[in-house]
Amino acid sequence: MFGQFTQSLMNAFSHVLGAYLNKLVPMVGVGGSVETLEKVPFDIILYGLVVLAALGVVFGIALAIVSSKFVVKVDPKVEQVRETLPGANCGACGFAGCMGYAEAVVGNPDVAPHLCAPGKSAVAEKIAQITGKAAGKVDPKIARVFCQGGRSKSQRKFIYTGVMDCTAAVLAAGGDKSCEYGCLGYATCMRACPFDAITMSEDSLPIISKEKCTACGKCVAACPKQVIELGLMSKAVVISCHSRDKGLDVKKKCQVGCIACGICVRTCPVDAIKIDNNLARIDHNKCINCGLCVKKCPTNAIHDYLSPRMKALIHAEKCAGIDVCAKVCPVNAISGDVRAVHRVDQSKCIGCGMCEARCPKKAISMVPTSGSAAAKPAEKEMAAV
Amino acid sequence: MWQDVLTIFIASALINNFVFARYLGLCIFFGVTKKMETAVGMSFTFTGVMLIGAALNWFIYKYVMMPLHIGFLKIVIFIGVIAAFVQAADTIMKKVTPALYYKLGIYLALITTNCIILAVPLLNADEYADSLFKSMALALGSGLGFSLALIIMASIREKLELADVPRAFQGLPISFVLTGLIALAFLGFSGMITL
Repeated sequence: MFGQFTQSLMNAFSHVLGAYLNKLVPMVGVGGSVETLEKVPFDIILYGLVVLAALGVVFGIALAIVSSKFVVKVDPKVEQVRETLPGANCGACGFAGCMGYAEAVVGNPDVAPHLCAPGKSAVAEKIAQITGKAAGKVDPKIARVFCQGGRSKSQRKFIYTGVMDCTAAVLAAGGDKSCEYGCLGYATCMRACPFDAITMSEDSLPIISKEKCTACGKCVAACPKQVIELGLMSKAVVISCHSRDKGLDVKKKCQVGCIACGICVRTCPVDAIKIDNNLARIDHNKCINCGLCVKKCPTNAIHDYLSPRMKALIHAEKCAGIDVCAKVCPVNAISGDVRAVHRVDQSKCIGCGMCEARCPKKAISMVPTSGSAAAKPAEKEMAAV
Repeated sequence: MWQDVLTIFIASALINNFVFARYLGLCIFFGVTKKMETAVGMSFTFTGVMLIGAALNWFIYKYVMMPLHIGFLKIVIFIGVIAAFVQAADTIMKKVTPALYYKLGIYLALITTNCIILAVPLLNADEYADSLFKSMALALGSGLGFSLALIIMASIREKLELADVPRAFQGLPISFVLTGLIALAFLGFSGMITL
């Protein structure tokens, strides 16, 4: 039947094209294992066409059947989450890239939606919306530089004239800085930062932008002195020194180093500071950001990232005169008789926020001091009272 | 006949190794041999696709193309068959064994247009169109020979990471030099069997 069909097709062809095709066909090149013929028979051309067309149709149908029968439903949520994510594939979430996290957070109910570090809370909220999970509290991290001894405040061992890069400088006797724990200041971290969050100060110290830093950890890995660490953004009081030298040595080398005098340890109201190996460290689980140690440190080695701090303000209408605030205030800035409205001495207040936390009537709030528009009417109200 | 099958198998795996003697499939060879893990994954996928693809093409060549005298179309048809088969395998694997798909699936797309996969059916069509066993022996031998090449190369390149290679030779250049050296070693197999 197939032969008859092709025969009739062939006849039709030759009728239509006639002698013209007969002239043309012998010029068609043949190759491969086919012996060269004077004339290529029509049926070979036809068979070739038919077989190729048939194979194409068969494969097309087969693939269509396969793809409809074995279709894998991709959850549209996965795609939504992946679009929400920053796409940096940094791996901070603990999964293999953004796609891995998107699949895990949609597919696995135990995976929290706030694991994306560069995305911060905005992304976490969106993911929580898509997946229907509770957003959870995002405590963003930031890179902190544990050195304040810039060029003007620290001594140099020698004059370094090599390649202006920390990884190169550290090869020359550990760098030119006399303190072997400090920042060398040749901006390797700045070049490592993919988000342009690091700038170098005039004193050759890295300044990390709170807004741009995503806590990806590239600078931490790049620094040959390990002077950068990731810390919680909410924990703003940091002992910005890594020196484990003895106090006297530190003083010789740097004006702002930790000399392990222990004043901060005694000052801390929550016992969050410990001295270990000639260096004070803050236990950030205990620290309440009061900033008392910042004021007391004789070498200014403790840095307060909250400054300028807010000041306490007592709302007269809520104050019941319980006196708790006056007792808890570490600098005696609050005064007032029992059962009378208390006042805060703004010149003494250090903005630690301990009174705000303790007041049972919630009569105290922290307000900015820099004479901003929001703070002024409140102060006037205070004065009137 | 079984002796022939064994001879073909050994000849295609060692003496006429596709990478070291025929210099085919170099793109995948250099692409996946940076890590042992990818090399092993590729080896398995490659050998499997090679066997099934060669069998499919053998049947089509023997029972469709030979009777119709359209052997000259083999390149076109073989490419089509392999592409269709790989695409179908990709879809089925994704559904049936997702775990295997995530491990080996990425290699399938690479294999579709690989020249060894095409070369084996072409050689079969020219030389072993009469016997399925011989064709399969060639396919299996070529697949295992390619796997051997991948694994040898991957293990050397993993060591190479620690070697002090001159800057101009780092990366692909030193890999080509290495391939040449291994090819020299493989030359030692020639003459082991005379076909």
